[in-house]
Amino acid sequence: MAIVSLREALNQAIDEEMTRDERVYMMGEEVANYQGAYKVSQGLLQKWGPKRILDTPIAEAGFAGLGIGSAMLGLRPIVEFMTWNFSLVAYDQIVNNAAKMLSMSGGNFSVPIVFRGPGGAAHGLGATHSQALESIYSHFPGLKVVMPSNCKDAKGLLKSAIRDDNPIVFIESEVMYGDKGEIPDGEYTIPIGVGEVKKEGKDVTIVSWSKVLAHVVLSAVDVLQEELNISIEVIDPRTIRPMDYDLIVSSVKKTNRLVIVEEGWPFAGVGAQISHEVAARAFDHLDAPVERVTQEDVPLPYAHALEARSLPNLDKIRSAVKKVLYLD
Amino acid sequence: MATLIKMPKLSDTMEEGVILKWLRKEGEKIKQGDILVEIQSDKADMELEAYDSGVVRKIFVPEGGKAPIGGLIAIIGAPEEDISAVLSGSPTVSASKAGAQANPTLSPTSQASTTAELLDSKGKASPLARRLARENRIDLTAVSGTGPQGRVIKRDLEGMISGKPAGATPVSRPIIPGTAEDVELSPIRKTIAKRMTESKTTAPHFYVTVEVDMDPAMTFRDQINAVKEIKLSFTDIIIKATSEALMKHPQVNATYLGDKMRQYHYTHIGVAVALEEGLVTPIVRNCEQKRLDQINAELRDLVERARTRKLKPDEYLGATFTISNLGMFGVEEFAAIVNPPEGAILAVGGIIEKPVVRNGEIVIGHTMKVTLSSDHRIIDGVVAARFMQDFKKILENPASLVL
Repeated sequence: MAIVSLREALNQAIDEEMTRDERVYMMGEEVANYQGAYKVSQGLLQKWGPKRILDTPIAEAGFAGLGIGSAMLGLRPIVEFMTWNFSLVAYDQIVNNAAKMLSMSGGNFSVPIVFRGPGGAAHGLGATHSQALESIYSHFPGLKVVMPSNCKDAKGLLKSAIRDDNPIVFIESEVMYGDKGEIPDGEYTIPIGVGEVKKEGKDVTIVSWSKVLAHVVLSAVDVLQEELNISIEVIDPRTIRPMDYDLIVSSVKKTNRLVIVEEGWPFAGVGAQISHEVAARAFDHLDAPVERVTQEDVPLPYAHALEARSLPNLDKIRSAVKKVLYLD
Repeated sequence: MATLIKMPKLSDTMEEGVILKWLRKEGEKIKQGDILVEIQSDKADMELEAYDSGVVRKIFVPEGGKAPIGGLIAIIGAPEEDISAVLSGSPTVSASKAGAQANPTLSPTSQASTTAELLDSKGKASPLARRLARENRIDLTAVSGTGPQGRVIKRDLEGMISGKPAGATPVSRPIIPGTAEDVELSPIRKTIAKRMTESKTTAPHFYVTVEVDMDPAMTFRDQINAVKEIKLSFTDIIIKATSEALMKHPQVNATYLGDKMRQYHYTHIGVAVALEEGLVTPIVRNCEQKRLDQINAELRDLVERARTRKLKPDEYLGATFTISNLGMFGVEEFAAIVNPPEGAILAVGGIIEKPVVRNGEIVIGHTMKVTLSSDHRIIDGVVAARFMQDFKKILENPASLVL
């Protein structure tokens, strides 16, 4: 077991897969000479050279489309967006070309591409640069959406994503790149579509993922278990699509109560979909309506105090947990 | 000001009431003290008086309908008064005095509920609570919910759910029309079901049976009935004999109270009376002070009123001991379930004509078997045996009962 930062874990995954498969290459803004806006690609240009680590112009639609075309012709590109907010410029390429090519070509062209980069809010980046976009990308059949919450999962899932023959939306977080964690020695992968029980509990299930899980939920769980004298089960689905519903449903059948904590907005959010599936498959096991903690339904404010109050936080999670446990 | 009429608590064990009859319809005037409604509790039919004069503005529960204790059943107000505020939950509305009596049984959450919540509370339960109720055959309308708007949630059912796995509980299946029918349980039936289950699952029962020579009691009864203007029954004699024996054995005339037992220096003897929908046990009080003819007259009156469901709560609550007699049905002997919180119950079989050995010879005699069921938490085998020994001795020497 080695302790590495999350950016190092991602770097190892890319490096190992480039070693394993010469069709793998990476491109994006500042990934080569600058060593990556967040240093995920540190050292890769030096090791693999400019044919496999490519700097692109500030033209997301262009290089996303370039990546898709190269994937159709047999390469396995990793396309870095400096942030997922910039992917909106390439939205048409991702959802219309990458997502639909296999189906619309009658199975003739698969698109084995990984789009990756940080998503969600950081600190004071303003409304247009702070968006949690997993709900819109998971809307499209043809895309898989992967969101690790820790170093071990980040490396194992990115390796699986690079080997997957489908287009993958791989969403990280700016504020997680420095997170440190243990990763197993040697070769390992983590399957896409399989969630994990982060912590067992019996009174309420909390489903959360990525940064909100790692930076908000886990510490909130410690506080609330102590404060309310309850036992909380925490589930990290790790993949948003396909969602590991079986894991969530079996947990809810045990605890009878569910709170979903996500960074996106409430309307048509990922939590709304999970909530529906649980209502359909575990209706007779619910002792309370499913509660969701989301970002407030407004463009995220820039002002620090307002930003903190808009995002999921301990107070909102406490209130939701108390509500499903009828502790008000 | 409009007054909310809520389902009153008419007995200690009542959880819900059935509206038998509204004596005023919506829009009709009512004076303070007039009977507003007849309500059936788990024990008896009772009349509810209006505590205020006015007009019956709204009836929420139709005849035949049920409401939990504290549940809103009607509103009385002035003829032109705007009750929309009441209907939408104005906090200025006062609960009726009958409702106030019911309040102690409401949970804190329910007490804080607004009128609108009360109006809206009927039948709310979480899906989990519904499933648990279905699997454990719990009537959710009889459970007061502590969730928002009176929603019944899992914790409200804890304690009512047996430890058995769900699969072991009989689940009702659809029936083929004409081959069976589902009969709704009456409030009395539900109370019996609950209390008997509670007794048999929490009180460790044991049974002691003796056979009593009834020839002396038969002669005794015939002698009294031949002279006095009464028709003394064997039940009367058994009650009096039981009372005498209980006074000698206060451990049997006792109630289990968890960390102590309460032994009584009087005998309030309940007598099980069968009704169509179940049974009640009217009580002959202070049997130790009463003559046989007094017991006879009192029991006759109580049984009559029990059958027409006119008993008042204090006439069936507070027995120290119960007697159940199935002798008249040709039953030779049986064992009864202790009626909590009492410590014991006497099951009386029929008087059987049969050969008996008397002075070394077989002759035709009359005997009766009686079985004492005891709660072993407070009564030991020897105590029960000594009580039965004395009971048998008294009943076989009935002349002592006139002193």
